[in-house]
Amino acid sequence: MLSIKDLHANVEGKEILKGINLEIKAGEVHAIMGPNGSGKSTLANVLTGNKSYEVTGGGVLFDGKNLLELDTETRARQGMFLAFQYPVEIPGISNATFLKTALNEIRKYKGEAELTPKQFLEKIKEKAKILGLDETLISRYVNVGFSGGEKKRNEIFQMLMLEPKFVLLDETDSGLDIDALRIVSDGVNVYKNGKNAFLVITHYQRLLNYIQPDFVHVLYKGRIIKSGGKELALELEEKGYDWIKTEEVETENA
Amino acid sequence: MTGKEFYIENFNTFQMKLNGQSESFLNEIRKEAMDRLSELEFPTNRNEEWKYTDVSPILKHNFIPAVNTTIPEFTKEEIKKFLFHNFDYHLLVFVNGFFSSELSIISQLPKGVVVGSLKKISKEDPELISRYVNKISKIENAFNALNTAYILDGLVVIVPDGIAVEKPIQVLYLNTSENELVLSLPRNLIIAGKNSQVSVIANYSGFGDKLYFNNITTEIFVDEYAVVDLCKVQSENENSYHIEKVQAQQKKNSLFNHYNVTFGGAIVRNDINSLLDGENTETHYYGLYMANGKQHVDNHTFIDHAKPNCMSNELYKGILDDNSRGVFNGKIIVRQDAQKTNAYQQNKTILLSKSATIDTKPQLEIFADDVKCSHGATVGHLDEISEFYIRSRGVPQELAKSMLIRAFANDVIETIKIEPLKEQINHMIFDHLHRVEIENEK
Repeated sequence: MLSIKDLHANVEGKEILKGINLEIKAGEVHAIMGPNGSGKSTLANVLTGNKSYEVTGGGVLFDGKNLLELDTETRARQGMFLAFQYPVEIPGISNATFLKTALNEIRKYKGEAELTPKQFLEKIKEKAKILGLDETLISRYVNVGFSGGEKKRNEIFQMLMLEPKFVLLDETDSGLDIDALRIVSDGVNVYKNGKNAFLVITHYQRLLNYIQPDFVHVLYKGRIIKSGGKELALELEEKGYDWIKTEEVETENA
Repeated sequence: MTGKEFYIENFNTFQMKLNGQSESFLNEIRKEAMDRLSELEFPTNRNEEWKYTDVSPILKHNFIPAVNTTIPEFTKEEIKKFLFHNFDYHLLVFVNGFFSSELSIISQLPKGVVVGSLKKISKEDPELISRYVNKISKIENAFNALNTAYILDGLVVIVPDGIAVEKPIQVLYLNTSENELVLSLPRNLIIAGKNSQVSVIANYSGFGDKLYFNNITTEIFVDEYAVVDLCKVQSENENSYHIEKVQAQQKKNSLFNHYNVTFGGAIVRNDINSLLDGENTETHYYGLYMANGKQHVDNHTFIDHAKPNCMSNELYKGILDDNSRGVFNGKIIVRQDAQKTNAYQQNKTILLSKSATIDTKPQLEIFADDVKCSHGATVGHLDEISEFYIRSRGVPQELAKSMLIRAFANDVIETIKIEPLKEQINHMIFDHLHRVEIENEK
């Protein structure tokens, strides 16, 4: 589904991604772990087309198409979804307007009819229930006055509503207490099926107890320096990142 | 012959036309105002109050006062598209400042309520009109003098004590130039008696794209415990000039809400003034101005806290694109007697282009010691992170921008109480943005 080849990217002229290679197939859950500043969020922003990040080399295919030449909204309409690390507050726009606009733009792109108000409302009810969300949230402004946990939950709610094919979770676990973490993970697990795929970006192994990855990759200084199964995450939790860093240095020197 | 001399010359034509009414009380007011006009000069940038607004383009033309022109006729069908709809209202239509009884629909009003044309009512009941007209607003500049010198027609709303007018009064001021450049000079009077209530929608619209000049004075008296809402929505044509002075006077425990939404006009100047002339009054000013091209929009507000325990709250928001220019000057005086005053003021502007500008100036003069006053001004651009967030959900860039602009305007628009009116103004915001896009594509 997603094929990243030798991806290089700069932020404000500084090279952050230095050649990322990654293959993600439908039905898979990949986790990217790494210390702060390793380029995890840069990868998420590059994949969703944030203009502040400049791709300087390599390529990304999404369902066989060149992802990098598409603008942000087209990527989204083709099924790319980013659950933001810092969901944005938008005073003046209600969650209902926000979701209805997004949903209908995506449907229009796919040549589907817009949802009737009744269909939209039913969908809201169905998805809100999965996350135990209060439906009155829908009339509130996007993320305004939400707690950290509520914001993250709202991201997962948007995911359930928009039904993307490929989901990037950017540090969705940060700032979540155990209950919120469980709810968010439940939402992801309910949504997960053989046709979609996930890339879970996280600093800690904790989230991966709830969202089981098929593959774990360690990102360090803009490169994936180690890949493995979910046991790699546990190893990282136990030993920290230092042993891999040493390994990396040894490889570089060799 | 230009400017002032031209209007003085035209005054003689007007006076000759008046035959039979030249002795009326209104004509005394006119003559006095004409004397003032001869003394006054039109303001220039050297005048502090007009520092950022250059009216010389207006003075280059000789606009013929509408009374000396033929007033064009419109059909009910033709005016339909200018009206706010989907709610119940009394309708008054003024074409180039003159009342059209054919186009107006005033249904059953509560007993004693007077709603109609100044020209007609001042003839029928001069005593009633002379009690109020030209008593609330003073001539402060040549534009005010010009309006007063030609005082003849305009809106009259007089609500007796204890009466609530349930349906809002929609007033369509339709302006247009046909064969000559027209100067419309509406003179409006809204009088709310003790413990009364009334809501007026002042809908200023332009027909065609020919240049005209609309110079308005509106006087408002809000007696004790009365509530007055005045919602002005201005969509003059893009070549026109629009100047209005609103002067309100509030008595104790009264409430006055003024909404001021600007879309149209090449040069626009609003002076919105309230004298809080009684204790425990409340005043709200909400403004939204959207400008593009070379539009110039100047809002001067003045809240005069003359008595103790009053509250005023002001929120003005601007969205400026292309080479447009905005001016906001918010003056608040808290006089020595006006202890326990609460006065708040905010002006926020979004600049959508590099060449749009805003001059914003709070002007607080506080002479009492036990008061709460605050003011703030912000100028910014659309938030790129918010735009990215919306786009990342599949929404195209232009729509994402429109949504953010709509959101920015929301805390002004949501204060409007008539739901369908609110929706229609929201549509106008989108249309206005869309117009910009189309123009850019050309």
